Amino acid sequence: MNILHGIPAADPVLEAESFWWQPLAVVGLKVLVVFVIGLVGTMFMVWFERKIVAGMQNRVGPNKAGPFGLLQTLADGTKLFFKEDLIPEKADPFVFRIAPFLAFVPAFLIWAVIPLGGDFTNGHDGTVTWFGEVTRVQLADPPIGVLLVLAMSSIAVYGVMLAGWSSGSKYPLLGSVRASAQMISYEAALGLSLAAVLMTAGTLSTSGIVSAQSSITNWHLLSTGIVPFVVFLIAMTAELNRPPFDLVEAEQELVGGFHTEYSSIRFALFFLAEFMNVISMSALLVTLFLGGPQPLYLGGTDIFAVLGPFGGTAWLLLKVFAFLYMYVWFRATLPRLRYDQLMNLGWKVLIPISLGWFILLAALQVARDSDVSGLRYSLIVAGCLVGIALAYMLFQAALNVARRNRDAEGAAY
Amino acid sequence: MELLVFVLASAMVLAGAIGVVAYNNPVHAALGLVLTLFGIAVHFVSMEAHFLAAVQVIVYAGAIVVLFLFVIMLLGVDRAEDLSVEPFQIQRPLAVIVGVAISGLVIAAVVRGRSTLGEQLESGVPGDDNIRELARSLFSDNVFAFELTSVLLIVAVVGTVVLTRRQRGGANK
Repeated sequence: MNILHGIPAADPVLEAESFWWQPLAVVGLKVLVVFVIGLVGTMFMVWFERKIVAGMQNRVGPNKAGPFGLLQTLADGTKLFFKEDLIPEKADPFVFRIAPFLAFVPAFLIWAVIPLGGDFTNGHDGTVTWFGEVTRVQLADPPIGVLLVLAMSSIAVYGVMLAGWSSGSKYPLLGSVRASAQMISYEAALGLSLAAVLMTAGTLSTSGIVSAQSSITNWHLLSTGIVPFVVFLIAMTAELNRPPFDLVEAEQELVGGFHTEYSSIRFALFFLAEFMNVISMSALLVTLFLGGPQPLYLGGTDIFAVLGPFGGTAWLLLKVFAFLYMYVWFRATLPRLRYDQLMNLGWKVLIPISLGWFILLAALQVARDSDVSGLRYSLIVAGCLVGIALAYMLFQAALNVARRNRDAEGAAY
Repeated sequence: MELLVFVLASAMVLAGAIGVVAYNNPVHAALGLVLTLFGIAVHFVSMEAHFLAAVQVIVYAGAIVVLFLFVIMLLGVDRAEDLSVEPFQIQRPLAVIVGVAISGLVIAAVVRGRSTLGEQLESGVPGDDNIRELARSLFSDNVFAFELTSVLLIVAVVGTVVLTRRQRGGANK
């Protein structure tokens, strides 16, 4: 008898009638594999970033430990393990100790809901059969899927915030206040562009979202009209505190930001969480907008079909890889934003755009659901466009008034 | 299994609640509040209300308590308050009365609800579908209350903007 029977399980393997060691073994194995992939991927990302940035700056980069310096991260990690773990005298010991975990655990939990592979082509639902058990190539597929990611990214704010506060010194505190303001501001734009995808897909579960993107015209990149993708990309970069939004740890101003006082393994945890987040958020972006493990048919053929069941994973890796490279490229090219520019971009550009676009998509969805066609549909589209134009003009007028008032008061910028 | 989850989650809720009251440091108290909210989210999950659990974490733990912490940090009130000073004399007796009244209300609601809630559970919606059901009830039966709530929030936002706006030609010049 399955003790979990009847509960909508996060994994089809747990819904089996007979519940014996096989499901547990499958789940246990998946936990281990996903955890290891996450860690190895993070190690790789650290090396990759250093190597690519070095190349872009005409340097050699890590090249001593292992082939092409691949083991450099491992060496650094081992070194960090054996360093002295300092807790500042003025720190709040309990909060100081738990903060790194609050940053690290959510990073891994986001990774757990990403579909890492499986066959989604030709209407397959992405389930695979391992050892006679039906399961998915993802650690968990809860019905709330993407909401779990949002919940985890809001928990990650605590890690940063408490780390800065509990250090009991001024630069970490400044860094963490900046960080939490930035993360909260951009979460709104992130959520609104995410909502556009959820509405188009009609589901919250990550595997459902991947299933909905069966061909390239169905990819949410195109079916939501690119704008949510761009907003999500920018908001995600800001959420990750990556350049050009890395004011949080601007070395010239804040020493190191919220983790200035951390050393040894606690610092390593922050470091890992940051790079882990880069990978898992890139994977999320690919899942939401670019079909995750869905293949891209070039001239009618799937170039990774030769890999058989691992074809989906290969596609996912390829797509994620493109975004990882993009992040490194950003870091090597873009200068850091000023704080007011950051807030202006978030509140006055991204949030209005994503909100307006979301309402437009909702209106079109309602029109499609109620089977209006031909002239009436184009009238609805025209009406929406006029509405958006009016809202835009009103918004610009409000911004102009605000700017004039600011000038009249003689503000600094 | 269910009992175990219930006991653990309730322990989280109660420990967090006691922490909120007992800690001297406001940041620690806020963290106690987070623990309580998480415990409630676990309760929601065990009752198959996954959506509510997620929203509980996103809205309460992720936004509201973060704002509490933000204010505590910005204002620098993260020092223990002197509890012997009392600005309003009547505050404490009133707090006791209100506390007793609210617990009485909750107990009364539970006692009365025992018979009716059981029936609803029997004819309940399947857990997988609760987002759809929630949306339907929110935007059809309760749409008026829903819209009123959003108006309330807008009023609050507009009020904040008006109150914090500096008067032109005022104290600054």
